[in-house]
Amino acid sequence: MSATPSTQIISIDRGNEAPAVTSVQIDASCRAPVLLLFISAAAWLLIGSLLGIIASLKFHSPNILASCPLLTYGRVHPAAWNALIYGFAIQAGLGVGLWVLSHLGRAKLAMAPLIVIGAILWNLGMTIGTYGILYGDSTGFEWLEMPRYASGILFFAYLAIGLAAIVTLHLRRERELYISQWLLLAAIFWLPWIYSTAQLLLVFKPVRGVMQAIIDWWYINNLTTIWLGFTGLAATFYFIPKIINRPLYSHYIGIFIFWTLAIFGSWGGIPTGSPLPTWIPALSSVGAALTIVPVLAVAFNVHKTFVGNYSKLSSSMPLKFIAFGALAYVLSGLVGVLASIVQVSEVINFTWFTPAQTQFVVYGFFAMTMFGAIYYIVPRLLQADISSAGVRWHFWLALIGVLIYVVSLGVGGVEQGTVLNNPKATADFMGVTNSTLPFLRASTTGDLFIALGHLVFLLNLVGVLVRVSRASFSTAMVANRRAEVRA
Amino acid sequence: MNLGPLVFLGTFFALATSWLGFVLVPQLQLCRQQPVEIDATGQLYPSDPSGIAKQGEEVYRANGCYYCHSQQVRPKGFGSDVERGWGGRGGKVQSVAQDYLYARPVMFGSQRIGPDLTNIGLRKPDAAWQLKHLYDPQSVTPKSVMPPYRYLFEKRKLKLGQKPSEEALQVANVPAGYEIVPKEEAKTLVAYLMNLHSDAILFETPPPTNAVAAASSTNAPAAGGSTNNPPAATNGPSTNVPAK
Repeated sequence: MSATPSTQIISIDRGNEAPAVTSVQIDASCRAPVLLLFISAAAWLLIGSLLGIIASLKFHSPNILASCPLLTYGRVHPAAWNALIYGFAIQAGLGVGLWVLSHLGRAKLAMAPLIVIGAILWNLGMTIGTYGILYGDSTGFEWLEMPRYASGILFFAYLAIGLAAIVTLHLRRERELYISQWLLLAAIFWLPWIYSTAQLLLVFKPVRGVMQAIIDWWYINNLTTIWLGFTGLAATFYFIPKIINRPLYSHYIGIFIFWTLAIFGSWGGIPTGSPLPTWIPALSSVGAALTIVPVLAVAFNVHKTFVGNYSKLSSSMPLKFIAFGALAYVLSGLVGVLASIVQVSEVINFTWFTPAQTQFVVYGFFAMTMFGAIYYIVPRLLQADISSAGVRWHFWLALIGVLIYVVSLGVGGVEQGTVLNNPKATADFMGVTNSTLPFLRASTTGDLFIALGHLVFLLNLVGVLVRVSRASFSTAMVANRRAEVRA
Repeated sequence: MNLGPLVFLGTFFALATSWLGFVLVPQLQLCRQQPVEIDATGQLYPSDPSGIAKQGEEVYRANGCYYCHSQQVRPKGFGSDVERGWGGRGGKVQSVAQDYLYARPVMFGSQRIGPDLTNIGLRKPDAAWQLKHLYDPQSVTPKSVMPPYRYLFEKRKLKLGQKPSEEALQVANVPAGYEIVPKEEAKTLVAYLMNLHSDAILFETPPPTNAVAAASSTNAPAAGGSTNNPPAATNGPSTNVPAK
């Protein structure tokens, strides 16, 4: 198959002790579970962005859809965010991760039926959890709003898929570990720990007082910096060398990134000025500031891999997505480092800057990287091309959308913080909120672009699936007719 | 070379450090926190909120009020919450961990689309205003972007000649022959809001020294269940002792 360039360029071939498994066979083993994860991820992405638009419209007129308790801002907003994180990001990340693990290990995907069951359970948990939030059963903890009757399902669904991933890694034929496998293994293992800690100590057997907030911040930061960061970077370091057909500049820098991010990155996330013993936010700021080391290392390693080959960006849509993701990783990482400085955090604390920054990481980096990876993987799983016009539309809609969103809310957040901290100029709090409205309304345009992009994304995936199943159906029909003629 | 177990162990320890640092150690430090007895009044601070305020907290959580309203007064010199008059304790001092001992869940909030509510029970101790504001925010705060929470209210038809009940809202645009009355959720939510106050002078929040005399003479703060008089200047900050 032309679709399967050699893996030698990114991992040293140790010789053929075992009978080789071809890429086509590996893709065949991945087909059902990985496609299921991708399609559900795309569906949740669209659901999430529609809920997000409803939330965003409230800033144009507070009376829009106000009579329906299910659609009040405080319910629609977390439902949209949970759909993006748990519906899309984790499912897409797991799908890409499983595919990358089986290909790097040159082994078929293990326990595919278990993954399918896990994915179905996960979507069941997501559906129940989303209804729970909309019906007012939210736990009250940001990023963990889904009620306990949903979070339990999600946890076991994740364990099922994670187990299959670890078994796939264990049964690999290529023993040498590539950096993406390190990152994926850590991410797969990390989530159940933080999720169970947070669920146990916040929902099932709650700790008292401000400990709840500390644990929630710790969880949010670890989910973002570690899970999304590691999974996204695993894709960055796998697909960029693969597509430009040249090895990663330095494997050792990759390992350096792994350790520094694991050690510094997991400490961030607790805002300065919180009503906590002062050592906690102080330590957190130090951790966040030190993530400048892995962020710069990512920039260096990706650039050095690319250098001289940037022209290849024009010939590959997946590469465009993933390169944009890497750029967003570095930029958002640097912004995160800036935000750990006390004078900066004083301005942006409690403003729209924080959601803009989070969106930059979650969407600009992670989602864009996943889109690229999915557009690389799906044609290989189905041995059919996705409409290239569709992919191009998705790319530009997503790119423009996320830029409008992040820039308008980022600038609006700085403006808001400046006004908020100047009570002499704006004694009336309404002045503070009203100063942000133009930016908020601009961000709705970004939401619209993003949502349109998600519609195109889902159509692209469903489109290729329909074409392939139609083609195989008509092949079967032709074969049938031939058999009849012969009879 | 099989590095799998090494990666696994390394990950385990790397994660374990932040788990130790931000889950275990703070818990060991903070789990000893107890309500403290305030010298001046002999009451415990914070006090466990009453049943109705507790139910209101559930309404606050269910409707996600904390996505727009913070409940945290930042210290002087970091932002200007104190200057905005959001602080309790005579409007002078920031929130501290002690204030949240009975909050469940703790809803600091992460954004200030609306104003901070830490001391809303002190700043706006007017239940009728709060109800009206929930029903139609713009009727009392003209430029507000807060959505109305009409689903927490009931539109009741009046019988011929029947007068509106005492709890009927005084709002415009009510059709003749009808009254707007708060449902249970609205009443409990307002009870919760009215009970929000962090005003006890604690060991960790001594009032600024030059303000003590002024605060004592006006006898402020004057609202809330566990109000205590500010300590006399001679007592210094250590006016409370742990209850246990």
